[in-house]
Amino acid sequence: MKIRTLEQLMALEQELCAARDRKPCVRVCGGTGCRARGSEDVLARFQTQLREVGWAEAVDLKFTGCHGLCERGPLVSLTSPEVFYQGVEADDVPAIVAETLVRGVVIERLLAHDPMTGQRVRREQELPFYRRQQRVVLRFNGVIDPTDIREYIALGGYRTLGVVLTRLTPEEVIEIIERSGLRGRGGAGFPTGKKWRLARAAPGARKYVICNGDEGDPGAFMDRSVLEGNPHSVIEGMIIGAYAVGATRGIIYVREEYPLAVRTLQIALAQAREYGFLGEAIFDSAFSFDLEIVRGAGAFVAGEETALIAAVEGRVSEPRQRPPYPVQRGVWGYPTVINNVETWANIPIILERGPEWFARLGTATSKGTKIFSLVGKVANTGLVEIPMGMTLRDLVEEIGGGALPPREIKAVQIGGPSGGCLPKALFDLPIDYESLTEAGAMMGSGGLIVMDDRTCMVDVARYFMDFLRDESCGKCLPCREGTHRMYELLTAMCEGRATDADLELLEELAQVVKETSLCGLGQTAPNPVLTTLRYFRSEYEAHIRQKRCPAGVCKALIRYVINAERCTGCVACVQPCPQQAISGQLKQPHLIDPERCIKCGICHEVCQFGAVEIV
Amino acid sequence: MTKLYINGIEVEIEQGASLLEAAQQLGIEIPTLCFHPGLSAYGACRLCVVELGDGRLVSACTYPAQEGLRVRTHSPRVRRARRMLIELLLSICPSSKRLQDLAAEHQVERVRFAVRDERCILCGLCVRMCAEQMMAHAIGFVNRGYRRRITTPFDLRSDACRRCGGCLYICPVCEVRCQGVGAPSAVCGSCTPPAPTCPPVYEDLACYMGATGECGTCVRGPRTPDSHSPTVAGRREKV
Amino acid sequence: MQEIEAIIERYGAQRRHVISILQDIQARFHYLPKDALMEVAARVRIPLIDLYSIATFYNCFSLLPRGEHVIKVCLGTACHLKGGTRLVEALERELGVREGELTPDGRFSFETVRCVGACALAPLVLIDERYYPKMTQRKLTQVLARLRRARQAAEAVP
Repeated sequence: MKIRTLEQLMALEQELCAARDRKPCVRVCGGTGCRARGSEDVLARFQTQLREVGWAEAVDLKFTGCHGLCERGPLVSLTSPEVFYQGVEADDVPAIVAETLVRGVVIERLLAHDPMTGQRVRREQELPFYRRQQRVVLRFNGVIDPTDIREYIALGGYRTLGVVLTRLTPEEVIEIIERSGLRGRGGAGFPTGKKWRLARAAPGARKYVICNGDEGDPGAFMDRSVLEGNPHSVIEGMIIGAYAVGATRGIIYVREEYPLAVRTLQIALAQAREYGFLGEAIFDSAFSFDLEIVRGAGAFVAGEETALIAAVEGRVSEPRQRPPYPVQRGVWGYPTVINNVETWANIPIILERGPEWFARLGTATSKGTKIFSLVGKVANTGLVEIPMGMTLRDLVEEIGGGALPPREIKAVQIGGPSGGCLPKALFDLPIDYESLTEAGAMMGSGGLIVMDDRTCMVDVARYFMDFLRDESCGKCLPCREGTHRMYELLTAMCEGRATDADLELLEELAQVVKETSLCGLGQTAPNPVLTTLRYFRSEYEAHIRQKRCPAGVCKALIRYVINAERCTGCVACVQPCPQQAISGQLKQPHLIDPERCIKCGICHEVCQFGAVEIV
Repeated sequence: MTKLYINGIEVEIEQGASLLEAAQQLGIEIPTLCFHPGLSAYGACRLCVVELGDGRLVSACTYPAQEGLRVRTHSPRVRRARRMLIELLLSICPSSKRLQDLAAEHQVERVRFAVRDERCILCGLCVRMCAEQMMAHAIGFVNRGYRRRITTPFDLRSDACRRCGGCLYICPVCEVRCQGVGAPSAVCGSCTPPAPTCPPVYEDLACYMGATGECGTCVRGPRTPDSHSPTVAGRREKV
Repeated sequence: MQEIEAIIERYGAQRRHVISILQDIQARFHYLPKDALMEVAARVRIPLIDLYSIATFYNCFSLLPRGEHVIKVCLGTACHLKGGTRLVEALERELGVREGELTPDGRFSFETVRCVGACALAPLVLIDERYYPKMTQRKLTQVLARLRRARQAAEAVP
């Protein structure tokens, strides 16, 4: 059915909304984390179980996008009675149906704990993980079925588009986005309204809008979750953007490594076309626009906009000189606006609620909210959305639930390979573009990796250089050769072969790579090195001068030993050792032969008593 | 026409020209390796970096001249960066005469990285020569990052190659081998621009023209890292 | 060859579609056969070297055939911090090949990937696109043993 007028859409919205409220709803999380833990089985079980009790028609069963609390998946939420279950297995489903759905009784053991109070809580919002969040972009994630456009329409979706196309001029749209203060969520934080204005002003027979969904940062899955959980918000944002800048075609560039996102988008695009939100004369206006998907073939550098353009054009992802900027000369030479997934998803709600509302969120220079993927050595890993300006401490300690006992958090890595490591001493820093950049890191696209005292900062820097020397396109010398040489120097440090002169050389090289590289990848590549040098210099010095790895990570500098007092002589470690390096009899403390030990750590992994120690 | 300032000097150049062209118009020399006037600018070796008014370093060969731009071609930051870039290049390709000459010109006196003798700096001149001038498209870059190299498809003899030799002709590093390089440093230093050591006879003998050392008056060799004794051209002995 | 032809037809013989075409060929054959690259180059009329550059640049392409089972160890940051590298070492010991290689019997391809965006499950291993969350060296050994046994059982049936 084609929607031609705003009135028609509003009528449909009301109809769908009313139908929606009549039935109790069961939402099974279909995010990647929950799927990996078996949520598809849970869903299938619900289907058969509901049929069995004859409730298949009476209950609205949905497979939704990511709820966020990936750590505790599979997650299931019910609307009547309102309850949130975690760690649900297929075998729990009959009980949920019989007890909770039919009789209204809550199953205590499936409820989440509030780690602060130790109490079990019934609703998502009661958990500290959710309480401090402000879900704007993610408001429908975990609520709607992303493969059904009617779900999005029922909650007001595409109404903003209708209003924009029928009542606002492109200039007015740009002005609203400018007033909102929205800045690009992809990393650098360029003002979105300004970018659009430049593109609108640029001469060109044809213009393009592109959604950059090449989320290549290791440790980040924000864009993935938005595309998988609420693809229409991105599509609606892009249509509005295209109208504002005068584009007739759009491209969603999404990683092939996200097959679910690709599939969800394909379905969403087909449905948007069917409803007339894409195609000719949208909302009976003079505006026509269509979108296509281009799958990224796997290159971190393709996140850089000129490299992304090269990939879209069917070439190797090599960046080129800017200026000319893509808004002047983009794909096939046409003016092109490139924004990332989260930026586009912000557009409909800014126009719906107004720029003043948006500008009230966040800080003076960083408006709105930001999604982070909170991962690493933290209790609650998952997807979170917070207002800009929240401190790192609140994010890590309150939402993240702090360290994994008995460890202690020592740093966070923010902004992916382009970002930096910030120490605990800076955890009162507000999360906004300027504060993070000043501290040597950057907002990046939203990867936030928590590190504890068992994380070696030299090893982390080496890890990122290993990533970057491989992901650099290799075009320009400082990035290609510089990241490789930094990796070599850091490897020497991790192996205890480095000298003070190497440290000096590393610092000097990092500076030159930052200054002279062609594109953003190279210019930010040294950040992990420079920030760890700035905040964790003593760890470098321990590796170089004392040949010691304080965190017990760098293999060449550690040894595994068995603490005879703790060892119960259970022989659990003897057989798994690939080197047969562990000797010992039942009930006698075991011993590791250092000559044979290859430091693989299996013994440490299998020991239940913490008797295998790293020294 | 676009008006800009290079090292404080005003210059006017046609729209669309690069900073390198603007500097050349003023006779200011900027070192380049991956640039050739007959081929498209690539911006890969970064040797031609210059400092803009806002402190950014950009490659002069690709950066378009813009109205009112202020450019410094030899600021301390630029020179420091170029020295590091040359050090990186030498560490890959120490036997290139061209690179050794650049090292000498820029006072690069040591290479602190582990030396690999690769004979290719991936400047891409040959790739562009093959594609843009010879229209052959026989060679190209394969892999990426630190594994990048230049070769033919599947590393086999290419049907597209006409063996014109254009790639060899244009290569900045493989044409002339440096004769003087040897352990312990990757920096040769033998061809450091000849500051005459024999002023009384210099005028007549014009040593720098090739008769270096023959008269026997020069006792001080070219500038080398401290560990070397006075040398005669092209030869070096350890103390 | 007909299949290649069909894949090209799906998109159109234009330069802008070559990456999509190669992706589909990769999905169909699990690698990019040399003949396929030459066919695409001829049909789309672009130099073979350009395709070869693309095929060696992007992560998702492989120029060598893959094994029966594809094992991928995630080395995203979260997985690295939680011991992904140790899993790589364990696999190198178990399979006797290095990362990026195929076991001589053609059974297992062993690869590493840089983050598949499931960081809450770190360290993560993907075997034939199935996710194995919170992996340990022990669990990995067990899964491998199971795969090997499944094969032996299949072979035992005449």
